[in-house]
Amino acid sequence: MSAALPLVTYTPLAGALLLGLLRHDRLAGWLNVALGAVSFGASVVLAWDVTRFGVVTGFGLRVDDFSVFLVVLNAFVGLTTSIFSRSYMRHVLHTRLTGPHGLRLYHAMYQSFLFTMLLALTTNNLGVLWVAVEGATLSTVMLVSLYRTPEAVEAAWKYFILCGVGIALALFGTVLVYYSAQHVLLHSAQGLDWSVLNAHRAQLQPAVMSIAFVFLLVGYGTKVGLVPMHQWLPDAHSEGPAPISAILSGLLLNVALYAVVRFKMLVDGSLAHTSHPHLAGLLMMGFGLVSFLVAGLFLHRQRDVKRLFSYSSIEHMGLMTFGFGLGGPLATFAALLHMLVHSLTKSAIFVTVGHATHLAGTQSIEHIRGLLRAQPGIGWPFLLGVAAIAGFPPFGIFTSEFLLLSATMHAEPALTILLLLGLVIAFAGLFRHLQPMVYGAAPEGLAPIKVNMLPVVLHLVLVLWLGLAIPAVLVAWLNHATVLIAGAGVL
Amino acid sequence: MSVQLLHSLVLVLAALALFAAFAVLGQARLLAAIHAFAWQGALVAAVTLTVAVAESAPELYFSAVLTFSLKALLIPWMLHRLVRRLGLSRHLDRPQHPMLATVFAVGMVMFAYWLVLPLVQSSLAFTRNIVAISLAVVLIGLLTLVVRRQAVAQVLGFMAMENGLFLAAVSATHGMPLVVELGVAFDVLIAAVLFGVFFFQLRESIDSLDVDRLDRLNEAREDQP
Repeated sequence: MSAALPLVTYTPLAGALLLGLLRHDRLAGWLNVALGAVSFGASVVLAWDVTRFGVVTGFGLRVDDFSVFLVVLNAFVGLTTSIFSRSYMRHVLHTRLTGPHGLRLYHAMYQSFLFTMLLALTTNNLGVLWVAVEGATLSTVMLVSLYRTPEAVEAAWKYFILCGVGIALALFGTVLVYYSAQHVLLHSAQGLDWSVLNAHRAQLQPAVMSIAFVFLLVGYGTKVGLVPMHQWLPDAHSEGPAPISAILSGLLLNVALYAVVRFKMLVDGSLAHTSHPHLAGLLMMGFGLVSFLVAGLFLHRQRDVKRLFSYSSIEHMGLMTFGFGLGGPLATFAALLHMLVHSLTKSAIFVTVGHATHLAGTQSIEHIRGLLRAQPGIGWPFLLGVAAIAGFPPFGIFTSEFLLLSATMHAEPALTILLLLGLVIAFAGLFRHLQPMVYGAAPEGLAPIKVNMLPVVLHLVLVLWLGLAIPAVLVAWLNHATVLIAGAGVL
Repeated sequence: MSVQLLHSLVLVLAALALFAAFAVLGQARLLAAIHAFAWQGALVAAVTLTVAVAESAPELYFSAVLTFSLKALLIPWMLHRLVRRLGLSRHLDRPQHPMLATVFAVGMVMFAYWLVLPLVQSSLAFTRNIVAISLAVVLIGLLTLVVRRQAVAQVLGFMAMENGLFLAAVSATHGMPLVVELGVAFDVLIAAVLFGVFFFQLRESIDSLDVDRLDRLNEAREDQP
């Protein structure tokens, strides 16, 4: 048993309580960074433990190859975003969008959001997973409405109601899974432990499990941002502070998809010997593909820069859902890699966009012009980040999309055309907005602002590195996770 | 009492909870809708108690007390207080197309029964009925969210959905593990508190609690300088 596991999960919880009480706002920003650093350090140790022992358990938590890489990713993005949020929130305080009280709420909720995300990943209990994902909504909803503008309150209300409804359906699915487990297990108290269920997955009743999966996919799919349950996502991303957009896109969407994949593994085992063994995968492919294409088209209509990139998040989540649904080692590997690179790139973009909107004083795409001239320190990372998210080589997203296309070509050749079409639409959608924002003349009288580009540079360098050569350690990791999910590895 | 009789009692209580869901859906007076919701919570607690007796499952006694204090007392009381503080005691909020909503709700009940048909082979008629009823309560809660325009009424629909979920968990599976049940109860409680905060934020920003006035965010929005 390792001390790293509880340290990773419970550091943010302790931090949330501490930051809720702390009245010194300058210190709070630093403490937020320090807590992120502790959590990230512990997650690295935890990852090392998992590579040595396979599965690490203790304190009611359990981490395996699949969850550990998301734990490290979450802790990392949580840390780098907290570095950005320190300077960003000081700026927000100066412009009086919120007061010291709001800032304290912000810091406490930032850490409790990290706690729910890490708890969702490290728990073995599917019920606790649900509680944590619902807790994530509850802790971020007040942050979406932090600025108290009518738009922000509207966005928060939609977010609250839609995600609440979605997640309620997911709980119904969880109850059905538990119901099905009771016919199999002797100790019904373990009936929600994923590892126990996974060991008995072949005995779970197929009929119940397939109904359950529909509820789970719609429920957690709402949080993933799958079309048509995506309505909350652009609103919440555009109205909240930029660090919140970064962690919503970087963490929450991944964790919700993680939950879907965990359940898919159970359902696949249960349906293996029925007439429709790939039901779960087909449903995911359908939802994923529709989200991917629809979000790509919506990119063209955006006027708000943060909404633009939230639609891009929907598009990429759709692609990952499709990849996991397609199944098979290569597609699963590609989807896992895509989770990683998308999360890094998208949070870097939201950080850059946060700086750009402060510089331009607006979120409207039409009024953000000539970033390269106005402040190259923002313009260049913005250009590179969008190039990365659009799937340009040599960035990591190109690699994962290429792998996914190859897997699709192998399994479902006809769908490759749709995927390529979607990629082109999304590419065009991003670049028609990007070009005037980056090139051209800057409006008069823009004074360069103080920026902290460390998180962005760090993320983009990592994404570039992942595109050029994925380190052997990481390949082994992802391969272990692939073996766990798809039954076979790519190596 | 025989188990057969207790099972029938559970079904009667669950059916009454379903009736309460219809009341929450259609009741125009907010305070009356809150009362219907409180009765629904009490009925779910009563179901829990009956199952605890019938199956001699002592951990469900705790669950029954939890449900009763949260769903029948605390949350209705909080909503009641908020409605009075917001000066909405006499507020009428008719659902859009009340007849159509009721017909839809009936359709939801039938849909719920149809959906649980596959459970027939695996289990008793009793479980099937109870799962269908709880699913119907969940779906009618969802419908309430769609047809009601008033924020308080929407919250009632949301909480009624949670009641349906509790009903399903208790009657079909004899309750979730304790840690999960506590976690869910905690989430529901926090949600209720946050909804209260949002009522005030909404009133501050749109000067009313009719959420159909929330229409600023969409793709075709004109730019604000």
